[in-house]
Amino acid sequence: MFFYLIRRVLYAIPIALAVGFVCFMLVQIAPGDPINAIVPPDAPQELVDQVKRDYGLDQPLPVQFGLWLMKVVQGDLGRSLATGRPVWSDLSSAIGNTLLLAAAASLIGFIIGSVLGGLAGTFRGTWIDKLAVTSAVAGVSIPHYWLGMVLVVIFSVQLNWLPAMGAGPGGSADWAWDWEHLQHLVLPAVTLSVIPMGIVTRTVRGIVAEIMNQEFVTALRGKGLTRWGVFLHVVKNAAPNVLAVMGLQLGYLMGGSILVETVFSWPGTGLLLNSAIFQRDLPILQGTILVLAMFFVALNLFVDLVQTALDPRIKRA
Amino acid sequence: MSTTTAAQAELEVQARQAVQKSEGYWAGVWKRVRRDKVTMVCAFVLLLMFLVILLAPWITPHDPYQGSMIRRLRPIGTDNHLLGTDELGRDMLTRLIHGGRLSWFMGITPVILAFLIGTTLGVMAGFMGGRVNMMIMRTTDVFYAFPSVLLAIAISGALGTGIMNAILALTVVFIPPIIRVAESVTTGVRNLDFVDAARASGASGFTIVRVHVLGNVLGPIFIYATSLISVCMILASGLSFLGLGTRPPEPEWGLMLNTLRTAIYVQPWVAVLPGACIFVTSLCFNLVSDGLRTAMDVKG
Repeated sequence: MFFYLIRRVLYAIPIALAVGFVCFMLVQIAPGDPINAIVPPDAPQELVDQVKRDYGLDQPLPVQFGLWLMKVVQGDLGRSLATGRPVWSDLSSAIGNTLLLAAAASLIGFIIGSVLGGLAGTFRGTWIDKLAVTSAVAGVSIPHYWLGMVLVVIFSVQLNWLPAMGAGPGGSADWAWDWEHLQHLVLPAVTLSVIPMGIVTRTVRGIVAEIMNQEFVTALRGKGLTRWGVFLHVVKNAAPNVLAVMGLQLGYLMGGSILVETVFSWPGTGLLLNSAIFQRDLPILQGTILVLAMFFVALNLFVDLVQTALDPRIKRA
Repeated sequence: MSTTTAAQAELEVQARQAVQKSEGYWAGVWKRVRRDKVTMVCAFVLLLMFLVILLAPWITPHDPYQGSMIRRLRPIGTDNHLLGTDELGRDMLTRLIHGGRLSWFMGITPVILAFLIGTTLGVMAGFMGGRVNMMIMRTTDVFYAFPSVLLAIAISGALGTGIMNAILALTVVFIPPIIRVAESVTTGVRNLDFVDAARASGASGFTIVRVHVLGNVLGPIFIYATSLISVCMILASGLSFLGLGTRPPEPEWGLMLNTLRTAIYVQPWVAVLPGACIFVTSLCFNLVSDGLRTAMDVKG
């Protein structure tokens, strides 16, 4: 177990390096010389050469990657081309907002998905099973950015119950746990939750159905255990796998919330990415993608380790 | 001489049996699909949509680019404009039908490309094993370290707006999962007896792959690829929705949804129409893929 832990952590290092390399290459595949993004097109040649030397752009690509990596490891993601501020200062506040949205969506998706999937797996072939399967397929087939618009039409435009955009008074800077702020979270979180809802429903249904077919469940029933008692046993058996799926979904939502954030003008990483794309602000694009991908790598590692620790049936050496 | 003919005759019989067997398999699949009402309805809807968007220039009542400032944002059911008009006074029905062309093209092309490239690499990794396998699979792991939506947006964001850039980005996103599926089914087939027998009889690696491996692995990989079309459709339109795929005034469902966003306070039900098209298409592709999976009895 201990050796597995060490090996798994060590394995994450080359992956993280390779992810860094892909992020580094993003700027290289972008059309045009990266230098044009830093100096104005009519700058004199001496200035261009000077800047090239300062940024290390005259070095061969592997050396450039090394230089870039050194800076990133020290927490220096460069400066935004549009605002001149360090990338990290814009990014740090945006990440908190995205994490809040993704966590809320995961929680909603997890609760509904577990209940629907659990019921469907227990009562196979009944109407509740059909309902669960249908909503799971709909959940993964629906373009969530469109669902967001439909929810805005219904709950903001027609009924006027909930705000259509933003993160409440004061923008992204001051979030508070009161209704004035929370009401802004409702629609984006519900919109984003349909994806994990569909996937969790499918997973839980499959796992529960498989467990219910095992002999120990029959044995538990045979010895006269109540429905509730059997249920607890099933939950205990299903939990590690379901938690693993949910953990990864949180990571997917962190990276995938850009469309929903755009619909609701939610001040997170997605909105940041969106504006970076339009201003061709490559440092912001690169920094945001790097941080989100690293978060995903770390989450993958964490989920793997927690799953191993939780489930005594997984013996990894 | 006579032994050769006998052997040939024997081979012919075997070949005929093989053909009969495979016909039996496909007949069985067709029989099962035909009984599956949901799959049949969805397949019919998709076929109908395909025909309509194929014939778009001949059946649409208006010009998809010709707007009119005095007929902007008319509601659904307006005379002469069955589904209303958009923010520039262009006929919605016409633009939805024309828009399907690009949406379908951008939703399906990346999956086809990724299927071709991913199957080649995955079968190579699975069949050759060793160092080739390690190189291909470890590279795949790196792309798995990105959430798929993020990777698509990162690549097309760096490359800039454009249909081809979006298709390239989506192809890169869908290659790794196809490689993983192809590698795992190929590894499963590689260790079966008939592959050993073929190798013992002196067949080259290429022949073994072509004759013995592909026939057994293409089915599962194909089914998996069809399940990706739905995701790809949503992502492709999503890229256009962000302004990364098609450029205005080109009709495309995701882009139309984006430009109509400002109209949700004026004509909310007209504004959400393009999204409904994406939803129906994606749902039908998903259900047809599920139906095919059951009918072809593919596990996983």
